[in-house]
Amino acid sequence: MSFPWANNYTPQHPFMKWMDEKLPVPRLVYNSVGAGYPVPRNLNYWWNFGFMALTCLALQIVTGIILAMHYAANAGVAFDSVEHIMRDVNWGWMLRYAHANGASAFFVVIYIHIFRGFYYGSYKAPREMVWLLGVVIFLLMMATAFMGYVLPWGQMSFWGAKVITGLFGAIPLVGEPIQHWLLGGFAPDNAALNRFFSLHYLLPFVIVGVVVLHIWALHIPGSSNPTGVEVKSESDTVPFFPYFIAKDGWTLGAFLFIYCAAVFFAPNALGHPDNYIPANPMSTPAHIVPEWYFWPFYAILRAFTFDFFIVPAKLMGVLAMFGAILVWFFLPWLDKSPVRSANYRPLYRKFFYVLVFFMAALFYLGGAPAAEPYVMMSQVAAFYYFAHFLIIVPIVSSIERPDPLPFSITEAVLGHDEKPASAPAA
Amino acid sequence: MAHDAGTDTPELIAGDGVRRRDFINIAAVSAAGVGGALTLIPLISQMAPSADVLAESSVEIDLSQIKPGQAIKGIFRKQPVFLRNLTPHEISEADKVAVSSLRDPQSLAERTKPGKENWLITMGVCTHLGCVPLGAGEGEVRGEFGGYFCPCHGSHYDTAARIRKGPAPKNLEVPVYEFTSDTVVKIG
Amino acid sequence: MIRMLSILVGLFFTVALAWSFGNGAYNAITEPAAPTAEHEFHKHPKELELASNGAFGKFDKAQLQRGFQVYKEVCSACHSLRLVAFRDLKQLGYNDDEVKAIAAGFQVPGLDPATGEANTRPGLATDYFPKPFANDIAARAANNNAVPPDLSLMTKARHDGPAYVYSLLTGYQNQPAELLKKFPDSKTGPGLHYNPYFANLNLAMAPPLTAEGQVTFGDGTKSTVPQMAKDVAAFLVWTAEPKLEKRHQTGWPVLLFLLFATVLGNLAYRNVWRNTKH
Repeated sequence: MSFPWANNYTPQHPFMKWMDEKLPVPRLVYNSVGAGYPVPRNLNYWWNFGFMALTCLALQIVTGIILAMHYAANAGVAFDSVEHIMRDVNWGWMLRYAHANGASAFFVVIYIHIFRGFYYGSYKAPREMVWLLGVVIFLLMMATAFMGYVLPWGQMSFWGAKVITGLFGAIPLVGEPIQHWLLGGFAPDNAALNRFFSLHYLLPFVIVGVVVLHIWALHIPGSSNPTGVEVKSESDTVPFFPYFIAKDGWTLGAFLFIYCAAVFFAPNALGHPDNYIPANPMSTPAHIVPEWYFWPFYAILRAFTFDFFIVPAKLMGVLAMFGAILVWFFLPWLDKSPVRSANYRPLYRKFFYVLVFFMAALFYLGGAPAAEPYVMMSQVAAFYYFAHFLIIVPIVSSIERPDPLPFSITEAVLGHDEKPASAPAA
Repeated sequence: MAHDAGTDTPELIAGDGVRRRDFINIAAVSAAGVGGALTLIPLISQMAPSADVLAESSVEIDLSQIKPGQAIKGIFRKQPVFLRNLTPHEISEADKVAVSSLRDPQSLAERTKPGKENWLITMGVCTHLGCVPLGAGEGEVRGEFGGYFCPCHGSHYDTAARIRKGPAPKNLEVPVYEFTSDTVVKIG
Repeated sequence: MIRMLSILVGLFFTVALAWSFGNGAYNAITEPAAPTAEHEFHKHPKELELASNGAFGKFDKAQLQRGFQVYKEVCSACHSLRLVAFRDLKQLGYNDDEVKAIAAGFQVPGLDPATGEANTRPGLATDYFPKPFANDIAARAANNNAVPPDLSLMTKARHDGPAYVYSLLTGYQNQPAELLKKFPDSKTGPGLHYNPYFANLNLAMAPPLTAEGQVTFGDGTKSTVPQMAKDVAAFLVWTAEPKLEKRHQTGWPVLLFLLFATVLGNLAYRNVWRNTKH
């Protein structure tokens, strides 16, 4: 892969030479996140969220492994073991808040990362595989986050487990057996809690694996950029190290600042009070909602309130909820516009902002009570959501007249292209 | 190489400006390093005993039911502690031994409280590798020296719970304790 | 081809949504949701100023001790505090001997060492606060069929927790005549007590703080009902989040360090990119 002008790894020290022959890990690092990886010089700050997401994943794995040293996955003691972490374990309160808020931080970053992709057409050829793997990561994250939220075994944990597994009960004929199989019982209990814990520990490492593939697939064509024009010459790129290490590094500091402000000063702001009540299978909380990062999809689920011909409302909601994410898998083939970046797609850009508006609405509505006018509002927002991806994007991409593109990244940055021989950094 | 990784070779001759710039880069990387190192503090100290475990580090045990020649096992820090009421014969056996001849030289008096020489209170943890020695329970083997015997690797302790034979390096440990009344002892 | 299919699938979902929307709108117009007493008379908690509020919040130990006294002398008759151990009370400023004495004043479940039968014994510092009822059935039987909830996490288990506790304790009143006029069926039932701060307005708990001087504070603070309610709310903030103060104290240096590191990082970033237009 990579471009012919990429820096070459040349070990100097005899040990590094020896290492390079036996196990060229330093070479791999150099070529993937070091000076050997040329990156478009015009990436803006929306491109920093991938690195932040990677940091979040590392943070969640480290804090999670530690919490698992103190947590007990048994319905009788799970709640109390979390309180033991909060009260008695050295720094336990901090580690647990870091993990709980880390999940939220991860999703904030990932949603921005995904919408960056929508705007700049990052899903388009030749990066379809990067996009597909990204959607897989998002699905794995959702599964991991859901099972993690069950572990404290509070009221929201319990009823979340019951309601979400209940979605599978919507499947005709086999729904109920599947639900019982998932839970290992008729309602969430030890069997469910234990398997959720096991999978919650496993899935992050699966995510790591898919992230490696995601980055690998990215390195074959190289990063996209805000113009959407492919890299043409050496003057279009700068090496990842030190340029993007420095840029990712300082924004990581800013990100950690916001994250730590939440951990230390508002650790429960994104949580739900009911999860500080131990699970009670005999009484459902008045207003149950999943964690905020599921709200858009939860709003879509609840938007289907009436049977549609032969499809029951419940099944319709479940289909739509999963469909809302699955549609992302088809995006590279639904959007046939040859222009990637919405900067040069005036019509698509307008629809993109409408999508952002309705997505924000779905975020709000998913957390609102299941009553009017919220349900009708979420029907409108969900209507646009499906119309956008399945109808508007295919049509707009065929009829739109894009603005003229710059000849190259260099031209976009400098106003004129340079001869490839001269160095970009001078 | 078209791109030099990080350093500003053409400007190195330019003097102070470059050094100030290098300093900023070094400072930023150092700050990241310090932050990372500080983060390790909670990650490491979380494995140390937690507050509830530390709180259980003292225990009061009632001795009133133990007759001479008998012993009970108490629990101190989740480990057995042997509380033995020595008979006069056992005390004299222990005192007969020349302290200097012992592997871990200690007299019985050093291992008990003044005026309470009949109360031998030791951890029930063999100083070899931590098994629980026999001898505190009714009818258990008490070894060649009439004290305790660790079956794991054959350490024999005498009536003052001092190591006499076998691989253990030290006498059975005497925990910190005090008598809060004639019949109640507080360990820890 | 795929775009044709996509548009068909899109139509399927959007038409289904429009169908739901239309039916919902029709129902909303023909059968508007009836107003409920809960909806119209429920009140949001009153404002409550506590020393622990805000990013610089600390515990007021004298207040926590008073609140503990209110819990011990009033609430503990019905409400457990099962996640708090007597040893934790040292954080309120009691010394070891005082903690031991407090613990010994509570009877906790034990075993007779001779017979192994269940009995009770005076508490030790390592014990947790005992539960006033052996189990939920006993609690239900003694309390008009309502189980008094555990209070350890109460201020985190309710929206606006401390203010809610304070408002609930000081919010008992007679059912407003206006309510009965509007919702004649909503009369507070037997054994229930009207309280607009409770979600469904009618609460099984009788007003626990009824008279000034119900508790005599050691520090001479006048024990009015609002004072006692405020102190016990402050105490329950501590029981729910004993590490709050440490959290705030750790947070500031962490944020300052991150700010410093971020500024340095930004300077280094500008430094690296200074000759590269982008």
